[in-house]
Amino acid sequence: MSSSVLYDLPGPRGKRRNVIIGILATAGIVALIGWVIYRFNATGQFEYRRWAQFEYQAVQTELLNGLVGTLKAAGIATVLALLFGAIFAAGRLSDHRFLRAPSTAVVELFRAIPLLILIFFGYYVPLQYGWSISNLWALVVGLTLYNGSVLAEIFRAGVNAVPRGQSEAAYAIGLRKGQVLRMILLPQAVRSMLPAIVSQIVVLLKDTALGFIITYPELLTVGKTIGGRLAFGFPYVPAYLVVAAIYIGICGMLSIFAWWLQRRLTRVRTTAAKPLPVNDVDRQV
Amino acid sequence: MGMKRVAVFATAAAFAFTLTACGKEGTPTASGDSNASGAAPVSDTCQSSGTTFTADSAAAVAGSTTFDKIKSAGKVVVGVKFDQPNLGYKDTSGTRCGFDIEIAQYIASKLGVDKAKIEYKEIPSANRETAIKGGEIDYYVGTYSITDKRKADVAFAGPYFVAGQDLLVRKDESAITGKDTLKGKKVCSATGSTPIQRVKDEKLTEPENIVEFKTYSECVSQLLDKKVDAVTTDDAILKGYAAQNPADLKVVGQPFSEEKYGIGLPHDDKALRDFVNNQLEAAFKDGTWKKIYDGTLGKSGSPATTPTLERY
Amino acid sequence: MSDFLHVLTDHWSLFGEGFGNTVKLFLIAAVGCLILGVLLGAFRVSPIPALRWFGATYVNIVRNTPLTLVFAFLVFAAPKLDVNFDYFTAAAVALTVYTSAFICEVVRSGVNTVAPGQAEAARALGLSFAQVLTEVVLPQALRAMVPPLMSVLIAMLKNTTVAAGFSVVEAGAIPSYMAEFGEPQFYVLLWIVIGFLVLIAPLVVLQRFLERKLAVAR
Repeated sequence: MSSSVLYDLPGPRGKRRNVIIGILATAGIVALIGWVIYRFNATGQFEYRRWAQFEYQAVQTELLNGLVGTLKAAGIATVLALLFGAIFAAGRLSDHRFLRAPSTAVVELFRAIPLLILIFFGYYVPLQYGWSISNLWALVVGLTLYNGSVLAEIFRAGVNAVPRGQSEAAYAIGLRKGQVLRMILLPQAVRSMLPAIVSQIVVLLKDTALGFIITYPELLTVGKTIGGRLAFGFPYVPAYLVVAAIYIGICGMLSIFAWWLQRRLTRVRTTAAKPLPVNDVDRQV
Repeated sequence: MGMKRVAVFATAAAFAFTLTACGKEGTPTASGDSNASGAAPVSDTCQSSGTTFTADSAAAVAGSTTFDKIKSAGKVVVGVKFDQPNLGYKDTSGTRCGFDIEIAQYIASKLGVDKAKIEYKEIPSANRETAIKGGEIDYYVGTYSITDKRKADVAFAGPYFVAGQDLLVRKDESAITGKDTLKGKKVCSATGSTPIQRVKDEKLTEPENIVEFKTYSECVSQLLDKKVDAVTTDDAILKGYAAQNPADLKVVGQPFSEEKYGIGLPHDDKALRDFVNNQLEAAFKDGTWKKIYDGTLGKSGSPATTPTLERY
Repeated sequence: MSDFLHVLTDHWSLFGEGFGNTVKLFLIAAVGCLILGVLLGAFRVSPIPALRWFGATYVNIVRNTPLTLVFAFLVFAAPKLDVNFDYFTAAAVALTVYTSAFICEVVRSGVNTVAPGQAEAARALGLSFAQVLTEVVLPQALRAMVPPLMSVLIAMLKNTTVAAGFSVVEAGAIPSYMAEFGEPQFYVLLWIVIGFLVLIAPLVVLQRFLERKLAVAR
């Protein structure tokens, strides 16, 4: 356990007090869990018929299709957002004001707009002009614009995290601007920002659930379908628990991967740049 | 580390059943064990009316771009609903059934497409026009009321059924007896549907008491949870829900509109519209329509009146 | 251009109601998530293993769950457990439950930015736990916490739009109403963007101000 700033190692009295609070806290947590289980039981959530659906192949296929829908939207949006981010980060890092100013404006604007509103732009506006766009692409457009802008900031921070001496030295031995970026800055920056990029993909993956609101058939929408079956007593509770477990499983694994990358990169210093923080909390809300 | 354990456990649990093909086939028979609302639910299993549709191999619709598309693709993409018992329903084995589904299958067979080559797409009410305009589906059969506003975006064949807007309430409800008793009551319906529009236009209840969700089944769930007091849409749909849970739900039975269900088609494909109208007319005459009806919607207790086509 | 203005002036009451509810939802959820978040944060830095475990588990579960799922659970699943909220309350609770996980992390890392030597020195001077906390640790930790705290709140303000999918008439729900009126959605959405920029601007100004005010040399 890392030592905390708040308290010393407890003495005998402190230890006793901590044990008592610990017991009370444990009792409180157990009571909370017990209450949840009681509520589940009292309202019949453990009944077989509410879970029976999950034994059947057709329902499992439904879930799998939902998961595929989620991963498809997330996959396409990740690729496009990385591209968008790279272009606008390059714009913001440019020496030319006429590139820098608009890039900054775009990135700042899209980060300030609620993601759902960006998705609505992709959903309602084409409709208004009679163009057709599937709700997959409406979702992808929104996810790309928002996460692309956040990624642009990560890329910029990554390049800026490479100490100035690196590029100064490169210029001194006669490399051109493009060469410095390609041979010196990027290889180091990519390593330093990799964990942050992975954790942003977790955010993007979670946000695909907004597809629920524009009825894109992703995991949460499938959960609603399964939970909405009257014949099984509206098993919304089991359905959403299963869906939550899948989200937590996938996002949790990606988060752990991001942390692992971070630890590895800090241990094996192959770059002069310090790794960017994985958990920039405000990016992830 | 806590996080790791939680994540690993959850992932294991999630993948254990999504990835292993250990599922049973068929549908679970919902047993009548007691539940909070005290109802013994009816089985979820789909039953067709038993009408057989044989694909017409000589099918041809001159001048229809949609038909050419269907022919070259060798399949037809049909927009449907999936949560309306006896109309458009999908059971847990993935089988679809209901009046709308069989009408869709009948039309497909007349277009020369075998039942197995029908691809169903679940399109919620609010997205129907987009899906037809964008060519995402070839036609739509799912409690789609013919209105002048919609005719600006899509074409309609039919009507193939006439329903009326009604109210679904809890069994013990006595205060709601018709559309004029809704003041101060929470009323739920689907976003973008004609019924919710009528509630707003005729000010049947206060704006803050109007609740909208994407699908009617969500509304029914909220009704059983006492979060709303009535669900309003066409009686044909509501009777299906009441038939699935007769112990808790009832339909008020005072319809206050006429909803003509049409088959939604691409706006400019007049050739296809005429063709589908002809096929519907044939079905009205040769008893196919009645047979489909008796085996599906008739079980919910809707009256069987053959509609008159409205060609335009 | 006049079309653009008319979208707003013709539906003034809808925009007013929508953004009014957005602000209301934001304020209630902000209070809620600050209380719950600070409490969870305190759990995470406490000397009691059970509390630390609880805080960490909460954060790791909520952080890997989509906000939309939290909403859906409260609106559709919670009533099945006989836990009933009206739609507005459900939205406020969903935002509180979700955002407090992030507030918790801000609190924890804020406290951890204070060098242990600071508190050790204070204790060596004979200050009590309360004094160490209020005189030495918190003044420094708050400085590190305020900017990310404001960012989390701004993100939460944007997240209120998710309530649109769950029968709450807030700013995010305006487009679906406008679709029924047949108004040009591009203009509608532009007005919503402007509305959010107007709401976010004072928060950003406040954030900058606090940052400057608190940026006393360490």
